[in-house]
Amino acid sequence: MRFRAKIVDLACLNHFSRIINTIARLAKTCILRLTVCKLYFILSDKVANGGASMWCELSQGNFFDEFQLEGVAAEHNEIYLELVPENLSRALKTAQNAKAVKIKLTNKHCPCLRVAVELPSLSSSSRIVTHDIPVGVIPRRMWNDFREPSVPDFDVSIYLPVLKTMKSVVERMKNLSSVIVIEANLSGEMNLKIETDLVSVTTHFKDLGNPLWASEDGCQSSTQGRDLESMAEACIDIKKLQQLLAGQQVNPTKALCNIVRKRIVHFVLLHEEVSLQYFIPVIA
Amino acid sequence: LSRIGDELYLEPTQSGLSLRAVNSSRSAFASFLFAPLFFQLYEPGSAGPDAELFRCKVHMKSFLGVFRSLPSLEKSVGKCLILLKPRASRLVLQLHCKHGVTKTHNLAFQECERLQAVFDTQRCASCLCAPARVLAEAVVHFPLTLAEVTLGTGPGGKISLRNYVEDEAEPSKTMVTELWLAEDEFQLVAVTPDSHITFCLKEFRGLLSFAEASNLPLTIHFDEPGRPVIFTLDDTVLEVHLVLATLSDLESSSHSPSTNGASHLPAPSDDFADDLESYMAAMETSEGCSEGAPSPNFSLRTPQPADSKPEGEEEEEEEEEGAVPGTPPHKKFRSLFFGSVMTPGRPGPATAQEVLAEDSDGEG
Repeated sequence: MRFRAKIVDLACLNHFSRIINTIARLAKTCILRLTVCKLYFILSDKVANGGASMWCELSQGNFFDEFQLEGVAAEHNEIYLELVPENLSRALKTAQNAKAVKIKLTNKHCPCLRVAVELPSLSSSSRIVTHDIPVGVIPRRMWNDFREPSVPDFDVSIYLPVLKTMKSVVERMKNLSSVIVIEANLSGEMNLKIETDLVSVTTHFKDLGNPLWASEDGCQSSTQGRDLESMAEACIDIKKLQQLLAGQQVNPTKALCNIVRKRIVHFVLLHEEVSLQYFIPVIA
Repeated sequence: LSRIGDELYLEPTQSGLSLRAVNSSRSAFASFLFAPLFFQLYEPGSAGPDAELFRCKVHMKSFLGVFRSLPSLEKSVGKCLILLKPRASRLVLQLHCKHGVTKTHNLAFQECERLQAVFDTQRCASCLCAPARVLAEAVVHFPLTLAEVTLGTGPGGKISLRNYVEDEAEPSKTMVTELWLAEDEFQLVAVTPDSHITFCLKEFRGLLSFAEASNLPLTIHFDEPGRPVIFTLDDTVLEVHLVLATLSDLESSSHSPSTNGASHLPAPSDDFADDLESYMAAMETSEGCSEGAPSPNFSLRTPQPADSKPEGEEEEEEEEEGAVPGTPPHKKFRSLFFGSVMTPGRPGPATAQEVLAEDSDGEG
């Protein structure tokens, strides 16, 4: 089992750091799945995570100049690691003007991801900072726990409002309530609602647009027979929503959510090189 | 100084005004000596042949409160007068501002004994000097919450900084960050190979930001683990010392590091005997010993007091109050490198004597 990778381009490094920062906000611990072509950050919907789950996928070629992977076995050329993304975020934080960043899986006293940052210096040799991030290697028999979640059978799918606006609304609502209701319909309308003993606040968004999803047989989902005005609502933990929105440092190319009324909200944020799916279950 | 202690010690001397502070566990000490030339007027007062110049300590917060907003001070204050009025028990800070406004602050002070740490840069085996900027760029890679850092010398003359992981922390869960600096980043490297010391980062950061702001190179004198590390800044009118206790490891300090330049230094031993050496031994023994007493050691206290066999003399008991085991976060750093220094001529307990290991830079 071997893994070595290198980033030399500063823009790629910054982009990668931003993604890690986003992940760090969403999960205290998560799984990093390494394959020859892609990296995945996975949070499975265990109770310990508050039921929220995450699937983030990026193509390694968009970030790394060198990428070598030898998985656990020839037929399973992948590596699953458990780590604390905040550590990775910290390691990359001060690497913003690095000449190169190398990441390597090592096993000195315990398995670690060693991030070696080569920094410019006025002296003849570069400064090297190494961060040894402890990781847990997930055995092959547990890989099934971390499969890609399927898109739920949603009642409404709608594009999100401008994330910056949505974030500031949710942040203020967070001061008043610990839960928030998201509701939306197939006419491009979404409401964010909170209600407490003292106050209820609703923010209305319209003209958001509803994405069209191809169903499995290739046809576009039919909206005939569905009430376009009817709202599908879900009541979720406001902190989780706020963390998701706060972690978005760059505007995604596409941002949408799928609401399964009274069950779960599935957020999908797509950037050019990375896709992030975040599932927030309804509060019972 | 406020990052170190809650009280500011003011000591006027013939060679300048010394401002000092010490932390509650007595594991950090700093002094800033402003030469007479720094001031427009400097009158330390007159001392009789047997008396010393008057000295006192004030609450750090009270003193800082007078100089609260530096930018506005710079714009409005023309002169500042510091006046010690022993008989009125007041330290007067008078700001002469624009438009004829004078702000006078009267601070209550307490008399105090001379605050002097026992250290001697000449007796340190290793010395490094670097521009403050280099060191500041080095510590930026460590989180602000990090308590202790280990400075070490490695192969190829490289100098390393690594976060210190406490024994209680699980090594398989803690991230280890290590930075390597090449010899030519320093202005001076005169170090014992394979040496390392561990000290508290917080106070060091404080000095570093002062050094960066003043654009002064920082000199680090260190010796074996357990002996204090001394940071100095020198300027024509200012001399700064920061003395920090270091973690002692009771195994031999000459570990053999891996030859790979990027690998980390051996971690401090986690097999500490409860060897309570008297850190005041230097003070207690041989007053007037010509070669100077050995600097006190800062021994480690393990969590099993049952195993402890104090080797030290009884005297150390009276110094125990200086070592506050519960003082966060360094219960392992024992106090210590100083205590009360009785002035000559005054009656005192048999242990009284003057500072044995004088600051080699001779503050007078």
